[in-house]
Amino acid sequence: MPVNDTIQDLGLDEYKYHFITEDEPVFRSGRGLNEKVVREISAQKDEPEWMLASRLKALEIYNAKPMPTWGGDLSKLEEVLDQIYFYVRPQEKMERSWDDVPPSIKETFERLGIPEAEQKVLAGVGAQYESEMVYHSLKKEWDDKGVIFDSIEDGLKNHPELFREYFGTVIPAADNKFSAMNAAVWSGGSFVYIPKGVELDTPLQAYFRVNQEQMGQFERTLIIADEGSRAHYIEGCTAPMYSTESFHSGVIEIVVKPGAHFRYTTIQNWSTNMYNLVTQRSLVHENATMEWLDGNLGSKLTMKYPSCVLLGEGAHGSIMSIAYAGDGQHQDTGGKVIHAAPNTTSSIISKSISKGTGRSTYRGLCKVYEGAVNAKSNVECDALLINDTSRTDTYPYIEIEENRSNIGHEATVSKVGDEQLFYLMSRGMSEEEAMALIVRGFIEPIAKLLPLEYAVELNRLIELEMEGSVG
Amino acid sequence: MSDTPILSIRDLTAKVADEDVDILKGVDLDLFKGEIHAIMGPNGSGKSTLAKVLAGHPGYEVTGGTVTFHGDDISELEPDERSQAGIFLAFQYPVEIPGVSIANFLRTALQARLEEGEELDLFDFQDELMARMEMLEMDPSFAERPVNDGFSGGEKKRNEILQLAMLRPSLALMDETDSGLDIDALQVVSRGINRLHEENPDMTVLIITHYQRLLNFIKPDKVHVMLNGRIVRSGGADVALELEEGGYEDYRTAEAEAIAEAEAEAQEA
Repeated sequence: MPVNDTIQDLGLDEYKYHFITEDEPVFRSGRGLNEKVVREISAQKDEPEWMLASRLKALEIYNAKPMPTWGGDLSKLEEVLDQIYFYVRPQEKMERSWDDVPPSIKETFERLGIPEAEQKVLAGVGAQYESEMVYHSLKKEWDDKGVIFDSIEDGLKNHPELFREYFGTVIPAADNKFSAMNAAVWSGGSFVYIPKGVELDTPLQAYFRVNQEQMGQFERTLIIADEGSRAHYIEGCTAPMYSTESFHSGVIEIVVKPGAHFRYTTIQNWSTNMYNLVTQRSLVHENATMEWLDGNLGSKLTMKYPSCVLLGEGAHGSIMSIAYAGDGQHQDTGGKVIHAAPNTTSSIISKSISKGTGRSTYRGLCKVYEGAVNAKSNVECDALLINDTSRTDTYPYIEIEENRSNIGHEATVSKVGDEQLFYLMSRGMSEEEAMALIVRGFIEPIAKLLPLEYAVELNRLIELEMEGSVG
Repeated sequence: MSDTPILSIRDLTAKVADEDVDILKGVDLDLFKGEIHAIMGPNGSGKSTLAKVLAGHPGYEVTGGTVTFHGDDISELEPDERSQAGIFLAFQYPVEIPGVSIANFLRTALQARLEEGEELDLFDFQDELMARMEMLEMDPSFAERPVNDGFSGGEKKRNEILQLAMLRPSLALMDETDSGLDIDALQVVSRGINRLHEENPDMTVLIITHYQRLLNFIKPDKVHVMLNGRIVRSGGADVALELEEGGYEDYRTAEAEAIAEAEAEAQEA
C-alpha cells in the first residue's frame, strides 16, 4: 500500500507538533555534559552537599559506561548530546503569547478537542489554568491526608530525610548509562508520598503540578506508596509534548510498600526528532500491587521498559503498554517483571502499531529467581502493521531458576488486512476512517483502562495519525 | 417500476487483480427498482466475483464493459463511495474486527454518511439498533460484542442483515447469505430480508446463491443462471425449480455447445 503524501502536506509526520520559540531562560548551562555543568545545576538548586556528591559520582559512572549497543540506533546520539544544554532554568514568567502559537498547532488542539484553557497550558503560554480551583481543593484534600505531592526539588528541600532514604534506591545511578546521566543532571519531576492506609479516589496528575514549570528534559520522579495505601498517578497526556530539545531521559522510581496498590499511567507524544530514553522501575513489597500503564507515541527513538521487581510474597505487577511508531520512528518498548518471592504474579500486555516506515520492538524480560515458588507470569504482545513497509520485532527474554513456577508467553503479529478494509469501506467508511477504527479496536483492551478523557484523546490522536496512512 | 434500471450491467468482464484470465466473461444484467433477483450457479461460476466487483473490491479488476447505478457509471468509485451511493454487500465470509463493538461499528458507518459537521443522533440510533436486533431475534448484548469476532456462522449472517437494516441501501447484494446456516437461522435471516423489503419496497435485492433453498423463503421476480462467467439463462422463479431438478449439468452442456459454436464462428471469420 503506497504511503500518501498528504501527511507531509499536513505537516503531521515531519517535525510533527514541533515548534520553536525564542525563549530567554534565566539560566542556561553550557552545551554538553561536564563537571562544571553538574556543579552549576546543583548550585542553582541550592542543594545539600550529599546531593552534589551524588550527582558528581553519577557523572563519573556516566562517563565510564559505554553507549549501549542493543535496542535502537544510538550511533548519532553522541553528536546530539554534545550540542544540547543540560540545564535551562525555567523562566520566572511565561513570555510566549497565545498569538505566537502557530495556527497549525492550534488546529491540532482543536481537532483533539482540547478546551482552550488547557490548550494554552499545553502550549506553554497559560499562566492561569481554569481548573486551578479544582487543583486547590484537591491540594487541600491531599494536605489534610498527609499526602505529599511536590516538585522533586521541593521534595528534597522540604522532606530531606524521606527523600534521602529512598532516592536512587530503586534505580541506582549505575543501573545504566542514562540513569547515570539522569542522576547527574536531573531537574524537574515529582516527589510523591502516600501515607499508610490513605486511599485517593482522584488521580494525582502531574499535569496540575507542572503547568507553570514545564516538564524537564531530565525529569526525576520519586514515589513512595506507604503500607496499605491506594493511589493513581497520571503523567503527561495525549496532547503533543513540545520540546525544542531532542533528548529526554527520565528516571521514575516507585516504592510500593506492603499491601499498597499503585498505578502509574503515562501517555506521551513526543516530537519526532526526540531520543526518549527512560528508566522506570518499581519495588513491589508483600501483597502489594503495582500497575504501569504506558503509552508511547512520537519521538525518533523511544527505549522504555517499565519494570516491577516483586520483592515480597504475594506481590503483583502488571505492565500494559501501547506503542505507536509512525514514519521513521522506532519504539523499542516492553516491560520487565522480576519475581523474587513466592506466590508473586505478573502480567505484561503490550500492543504496538507500526505505520509507514515505523518500527516497533517488543523487548521484555521475565525473570524468576530460585525460591520464588508458585510465581505466575503471563506475557502477551501483539503487533499491528499498517503498511507493507512497517516493521515489528519481538525479543522476549525469559530466565527461570525456579521450576515450580508458571510462565506463559504469547505473541501475535497482524497486518491490517485488505479484507478488513474492504469490509469497513463497503459500509461507507473512508479508508482512513476504516484504518482508524481497526487501530482503535486493536488498542481497545488497554485504552478502556485509561481515564475517559485520556481514552477519548487517544482515540482522536489515532484518527489524526491515520490520516495519510493510505494511498 | 420505472423504465430505466437502477443497476445496469453491460458486457462486464473482470479478473483477479494479479491474474490474467477473466472470471467474468461478459455479464449483462438489468435490475429495476424494487425487484428481487437471484443469481444461481455452481462454485467457480463467477457469481460471488460479480457481487464483489459491484461493491468495488480492490482485489478485482474490471477489464471491460460498464456498470451504471442510478444512471451513473460507478466503475471508478471506491467501495465507500459505492456504499454511500446506496449499494450494500452482505458478505459471504464476514470479516472480524477485534475490539470494535457492533454498536460502535454501525455508529461509525452511519456517521460516515452524514455531511461534515452533522452529528448522528445517538438516542435515535440506539432505539433503532435495539428494534432491529429484536426483529432479527438477537440479544441486546450482541451490540457490545466485537464485530464477527468469535461469532458462529449464523451470528455472522444475522449481523450482515442487521447492517442491511441499519444502513438502508437502495441495492442489497446478498452473497451466499444462506451458506453455513441451519434451517432456523435461514428462516430468521430470510424473514429479515422480506421484512425489510416490505418496509421499503423500493429496495432492490440481488441474491447470490448456490442452492435453491433460500428461494423457498424469499420469492424472486427473476432468476438467472450463471456459468463460467456469463449469465446463460434468465427467467422467472420457475428457473430455480428447473435447476433443482436438472442441476447445472444441462446448462453446462448447452454452454459447451454455445462455446464450440462461437469458436467455430470465430475461426471462420
